[in-house]
Amino acid sequence: MSADPQHAPQASAGRAPDVFKPGGWVPMRQYPEIDEVDFVIVGTGAGGGTLACKLAEAGFSVVAMDAGPYWRPLEDFASDETHQQKLYWTDERIVDGDTPLKMGSNNSGKAVGGSTVHFAMVSLRFRPDHFQTRTKLGYGADWPIGWQEMWRYYDEVEEMLKIAGPVRYPWGPKRGRYPYRAHPLNAAAEYLARGAEALGIDWTETPIATLSAPRGKAHPCVYRGFCVTGCSTNAKQSVLVTWLPRAIEAGAEIRDLAMVGRVETRNGRATGVHYHRNGEWRFQKAKNVVVAGYAIETPRLLLNSANDEFPDGLANSSGLVGKNLMAQLNQAAWGQVEDEVRSYKGPPSLAISEHWNYEDSGKDYFGGWSYMSQGPLPIIWAKSLAGGRSLWGQDLIDEMNRNNHSVGLKMVGETLPDERNRVTLADETDQYGLRIPRITFAFRDNEKAMIKHAVDFMDQSLEATGATERWKEMNDTCHLNGTARMGDNPTTSVVNADCRSWDIPNLWICDGSVFPTVGGVNPSLTIQAVACRTGDRIREMAARGEL
Amino acid sequence: MVDRFPHYDVLAKRDTPSWNPQTRKVIGDRLATEEPEVLTPGQRATLRAVVDRIVPQPEQRPATNATALVLHKIMTNESDGFRHHELPQVREAWERGLDAIDAEAQERLGHPFAILDGDKADEILRAIEQGDVQAAAWASLPAMLFWSWRLIPDIVSAYYAHPSAWSAMGFGGPAAPRGYVRLQANRRDPWEAAERDDGRVISAEERNIHVG
Ligand SMILES: Cc1cc2nc3c(=O)[nH]c(=O)nc-3n(C[C@H](O)[C@H](O)[C@H](O)COP(=O)(O)OP(=O)(O)OC[C@H]3O[C@@H](n4cnc5c(N)ncnc54)[C@H](O)[C@@H]3O)c2cc1C
Ligand code: SF4
Repeated sequence: MSADPQHAPQASAGRAPDVFKPGGWVPMRQYPEIDEVDFVIVGTGAGGGTLACKLAEAGFSVVAMDAGPYWRPLEDFASDETHQQKLYWTDERIVDGDTPLKMGSNNSGKAVGGSTVHFAMVSLRFRPDHFQTRTKLGYGADWPIGWQEMWRYYDEVEEMLKIAGPVRYPWGPKRGRYPYRAHPLNAAAEYLARGAEALGIDWTETPIATLSAPRGKAHPCVYRGFCVTGCSTNAKQSVLVTWLPRAIEAGAEIRDLAMVGRVETRNGRATGVHYHRNGEWRFQKAKNVVVAGYAIETPRLLLNSANDEFPDGLANSSGLVGKNLMAQLNQAAWGQVEDEVRSYKGPPSLAISEHWNYEDSGKDYFGGWSYMSQGPLPIIWAKSLAGGRSLWGQDLIDEMNRNNHSVGLKMVGETLPDERNRVTLADETDQYGLRIPRITFAFRDNEKAMIKHAVDFMDQSLEATGATERWKEMNDTCHLNGTARMGDNPTTSVVNADCRSWDIPNLWICDGSVFPTVGGVNPSLTIQAVACRTGDRIREMAARGEL
Repeated sequence: MVDRFPHYDVLAKRDTPSWNPQTRKVIGDRLATEEPEVLTPGQRATLRAVVDRIVPQPEQRPATNATALVLHKIMTNESDGFRHHELPQVREAWERGLDAIDAEAQERLGHPFAILDGDKADEILRAIEQGDVQAAAWASLPAMLFWSWRLIPDIVSAYYAHPSAWSAMGFGGPAAPRGYVRLQANRRDPWEAAERDDGRVISAEERNIHVG
């Protein structure tokens, strides 16, 4: 057996862990640091991992670094909420503002494969209008990419991840069949379905990135329900077990436990990255640098890289790096039913309604939201009850012991871009001596109005199924986006449609931070679609000598 | 409260396909965790008393070691990945918080928190929860923030990391590689808890003895 992946880099000496085999290895190409590689990518999650694969397959030399460990899920993952905290980004971050965000397990991963190692696998396309909210709906900001083009890239990602989904998707323009058949509904999902039917709106099986049939060396989902703490059977189609094995085969090098502290520039161009690995600071030369550290670490790195040429941080002539942080709304309605629901069985969100993501009438706010069935594990559930209902003592224990009869619905809601919601640098430093991020966030009137509508509606849906003792959980947030938005104009955006920074032509940003708006669905399918597009665009530009 | 899942014990599945080797190891280590020598004896006594009130031990089941697990977290001073800007780091927050809880008990009732009876202890805790505090010690630690960002999440997370708490909930517990087969309402795999139901021919006790 290998040394502990959390303390010793695994990808070295010409090999990387074989994620499909306990103790196994696959050959991996390596690049000397003094060689100027075509691309160094910071972060191997939904954005960085996908792009590493696309660029390596296009023939570029690629080194992709991640601060987190290189796990083999089959041998490294326990079936345990507490132990699996090791998947989260738990380095210190300061939170403030009227709605200080909960970070760590709530939204941030630190692993080769990024947050997709612990994500809940819900894989949705944006509503087409949401790429042009300013023009079409009168709020937010337009994306510089049209929905038809994104639709083609969604096809590519869904095929790559073998998304299991319904035969007919009820909302939006026609889409092809999902590659794998939908998973069966668990009891929690049946409650969503019954409520939606009673209220006369559409619902469907959630398109989800876990296998409903075997694929290569990976077995289908066994419905164990520990998805958000990492999938120890490899059914989950995370970046770790999909894009990265392909990237390595195409010649990419992955460096695990490699924390990038600063992007170096000279004469207005990026020259490489300073990174910490094996106890020392090192430098990797590169012709291009891609930052893909997610919506907090990406702006943090750009700001921490400030130098004489770029005193306000890299790619920041617009002043927008770190601004417009959007944390999606994640409020819920819960209730009790006679049935034994046992929502711990199966992936947590097997049924969904996007009704209110597509329907605009009857709203006194901008934006959309969807909602899904739920299956919280004991610690998360205890924190919800203790936080949301102020239960403690025997009241908490008694309520916990009725959990097999609890059902709930949770929204994923759009937050509007607002420059006051932002990431800056605190004075405190971390274990590498780097300034830590300060995250400032508040709900405004629009978010509050959406939350009210959504929890009332979800509550009605539960009521229609006969659920009693209902209550509303008002404080939760989830996915993060924004902080380095893309656009058509260098004064109002950080990168262009190709994820290329306006200020530094060989510096790219490719992750959730480039979203101008977040829409009312989970973001990672869109992040991967944008990364696929970016890979194609870079190949085309290189062929024309435009890099 | 009657035990809803009589005789059900998550640990009975330890040697079945529901527990992979890494799960057996981490839960074995957790069950063996004892209180480390961290904080002062007085602070530890206060913590034990607080834990007892926030998460009373399950009846008729082995006690959890929630206090030991919280102390462990305090010892390692491990961040959750975020900190409210008005709160210090884990260890310091707990040190100040436990001192302040004790000071609050002394101030209001003239006794250390650790020797209060249940009702009196709850009275103090409720005051802290609502920010209605008198002790000067809270000047350096906002009571409501300490309560909702540190005390509650740390304690409930420790308690619900313990198999006794899972058994009492009828939660399936670890489930890899063997997951579940019967996903519909009111359907139970033979390796899941049976809930007390007086109408059934075979009692929940009887069915739970065979869970494994
Ligand atoms: C519990 C949970 C459930 C979720 N469920 C869903 C879901 O069902 N559907 C969905 O679409 N989305 C879901 N998400 C969100 C989804 O995981 C993220 O939106 C997505 O992974 C973000 O992609 P990214 O590429 O921006 O960043 P990430 O995937 O987080 O990748 C960033 C990587 O960069 C690394 N990194 C950062 N800074 C540095 C540095 N300086 N040096 C080296 N490496 C660095 C990090 O270690 C990390 O591995 C969920 C998230 C959580 C936490
Ligand atoms: S329910 Fe399926 S996807 Fe989730 S952890 Fe289990 S096997 Fe993996």
